[in-house]
Amino acid sequence: MSYVAIADRDHEQHMHDPQTFITKYIWSQDHKVIAIQYSLTAIAVGLVALVLSLVMRLQLGFPDTFSFISPDEYYQAITMHGMIMVIYLLTALLLGGFGNYLIPLMCGARDMVFPFMNMLSYWVYLLSVLVLCASFFVTGGPTGGGWTLYPPQVILPGTPGVGGGIVLMLLSLVLFIVAFTMGGLNYVTTVLQARCRGMTLMRMPLSVWGIFVATILGLLAFPALLVTGIMLLLDSVIGTSFFMPALLSMGEASEYDGGSPILFQHLFWFFGHPEVYIVALPAFGVISDLVATHARKNIFGYRMMVWAILAIGVISFIVWAHHMYVSGMNPYFGFFFATTTLIIAIPTALKVYNWVLTLWRGDIHLTVPMLFVIGFIFTFINGGITGLFLGNVAVDMPLSDTYFVIGHFHMVMGVSPILVIFGAIYHWYPKITGRMLNDRMGRIHFWATLFGTYAIYLPMHYLGILGLPRRYYAMGDTSFIPDSAQAMNAGISIAAFFVAAVQLIFLFNLFWSRTRGAPSGGNPWNATTLEWQTPQTPPVHGNWGPDLPVVYRWAYDYSVPGAKNDFIPQTMAPEDVPTSDDSYDGSEGAHS
Amino acid sequence: MSLLRKISAKPWEHAGELEGLHGAFTPGQSAGRTGLYMFLAVVTSFFLLFMVTYYTRMQFPDWEMLADPKILWANTAVLILASLALQLASNAAKKHEFSRMRNWLLAGGILTLVFIGGQWVAWEQLVASGYYARSNPANAFFYLFTGLHALHLAGGIWFMALLGFRLNQPNRREQVPSSVTLCATYWHYLLLVWLVLFTLLLRT
Repeated sequence: MSYVAIADRDHEQHMHDPQTFITKYIWSQDHKVIAIQYSLTAIAVGLVALVLSLVMRLQLGFPDTFSFISPDEYYQAITMHGMIMVIYLLTALLLGGFGNYLIPLMCGARDMVFPFMNMLSYWVYLLSVLVLCASFFVTGGPTGGGWTLYPPQVILPGTPGVGGGIVLMLLSLVLFIVAFTMGGLNYVTTVLQARCRGMTLMRMPLSVWGIFVATILGLLAFPALLVTGIMLLLDSVIGTSFFMPALLSMGEASEYDGGSPILFQHLFWFFGHPEVYIVALPAFGVISDLVATHARKNIFGYRMMVWAILAIGVISFIVWAHHMYVSGMNPYFGFFFATTTLIIAIPTALKVYNWVLTLWRGDIHLTVPMLFVIGFIFTFINGGITGLFLGNVAVDMPLSDTYFVIGHFHMVMGVSPILVIFGAIYHWYPKITGRMLNDRMGRIHFWATLFGTYAIYLPMHYLGILGLPRRYYAMGDTSFIPDSAQAMNAGISIAAFFVAAVQLIFLFNLFWSRTRGAPSGGNPWNATTLEWQTPQTPPVHGNWGPDLPVVYRWAYDYSVPGAKNDFIPQTMAPEDVPTSDDSYDGSEGAHS
Repeated sequence: MSLLRKISAKPWEHAGELEGLHGAFTPGQSAGRTGLYMFLAVVTSFFLLFMVTYYTRMQFPDWEMLADPKILWANTAVLILASLALQLASNAAKKHEFSRMRNWLLAGGILTLVFIGGQWVAWEQLVASGYYARSNPANAFFYLFTGLHALHLAGGIWFMALLGFRLNQPNRREQVPSSVTLCATYWHYLLLVWLVLFTLLLRT
């Protein structure tokens, strides 16, 4: 029997497609539509956060120039920028967006197992975004207590947004967690219960592994944020003293008594550190698939990659206090967390080695997704190495309140996942729309973004070692800060504006290629995984034809010796694989 | 452990059909149960973190214990009965005895509502004796624990009501029994949570 791609099999479709515009695009229960709704909402709110960062850069690069940026507004911009980027953009886009799109397609399912709950998840997420954005319009504006929302400051008079702003922020977070939980239960259950025949856990692509484990982390860690959110809300609204100590505020004793701000920090970071990996693990998974596909080589050390994801997932729950070295903790406590922090670097470094070893002697195609992969590996190594500095208590102490930390976490938590997201969009856009993104625009976007972001964040490490404090609205006259630091700050701001402008090319490309891009065919990258083997591109409701796919092999059969093509789809049975002397040519893409 | 064995497989060594995987296979057969267990893990994390917070906050000098209302004992007994009723409903569901199942579900739902009402009475008694949420963290934690626990039960009742509607729809009626079993699991779990919380509140 010769191999027939699912796309070419002659079957009629008998799916119960949603008929009206409203059930198809608005109240849709289709995981692909929900994924796109999640992604577009996340990108839209991410653009708000990008503009807020430009407001900050205007003030930092050119202090005393812009009268419309007051200290209060500066702090509000900082707070909202941080919270939106970490929660409402990265978490929502990587799990709600990519998780929703990829899990059913890569596992060979028709949809998520609870489609109605999946739809609800998106609409509650949208509500949480709207509640968050509403805080821009209440009296006093959004909260300006810093994205970590540390009490007592965040709910004391004098902090911007102490009335409506902080209440809306906390309500929005509670809604987000409810939305995430509904989505997350879907992702985990779908991976565990709805894989197609032959898809064992160890035949799953690493993207699914990364998203799967990240979702479990999210399900177990977000309750910590929920607990802190509820208790802080009660402290703020009805005046309990869970976290609020007895203190003098503006010369008067407040009614609070005996609460513990440090308790808040422990709870917050018990969520906050797993959150780093909730973002990082899907990115790791996606990178693994991109690097194997575009280097035409099986991923190096697949089992190690899976184990590393699991190990990182477990260890990420016992490193949280490394965010709190300067809180005055017991030195032995700090020593413990410094040790676990260095231990978690081992599986992480192992993954980096495996990506590099996958590239080694691979048939590297320098496509736009591959450029972003290489950019990510560089950036992640940079950010990871400064993480080793900050993971050590003695080194962290002097650096903790400086721009070094800003440089570190933007490299590792900002630029790195964003590069993955870009790479993933260039990679999967043809499957989502049936058209390629424009290559030339993609290359300009990549190089300008890579060099631009390095021009922003590399100098910040230097500023940090110089002692430039973070969180300050303006530096004023400080003897140890030379004038050159201000010149560097101005340069950073210019680079920031450049990078922001370059993203317009990307946005234009997204819309332009939707109708004008070159038709991609079903499998433009000659990839092995299931989402590229769907009968239609873009996949229709129900994803597969009358029969679910059957999986015969792992996800990384690239350049198998003896096989005619340099990839064997997961759905191809061993007896159907064309050998080098067969005449069958399975490649169909125009861009191989 | 089978999970360890599963993730030790070397997927690149063997292509083709795998034994036991290519037979009769219906995807998503026990999706409901898996989803519920995952949700219970989330709820466990939620309440555990609250308890850790409770213990930590207790160490501070301003902590003043409150006298737990006696009605909590009666409430506990009612919740045990509710859980029992759900178990009987689940037993009936397994035998597809629809009318018995409906009666026990109804009994379980009413008992749960009585429990929530009883918790409300406990709140009233505390407020009447001057134990305000603002005046001491011990009081605030009491309201928080009981309130959040009751909220979870209310969610369960909402789900149970949906099942009740489905029982009246002939085409969806057959799906109900398996959901009733999940309902019973959820109730037993919330009973366990309450027993742990109650013990914690009594002892501290």
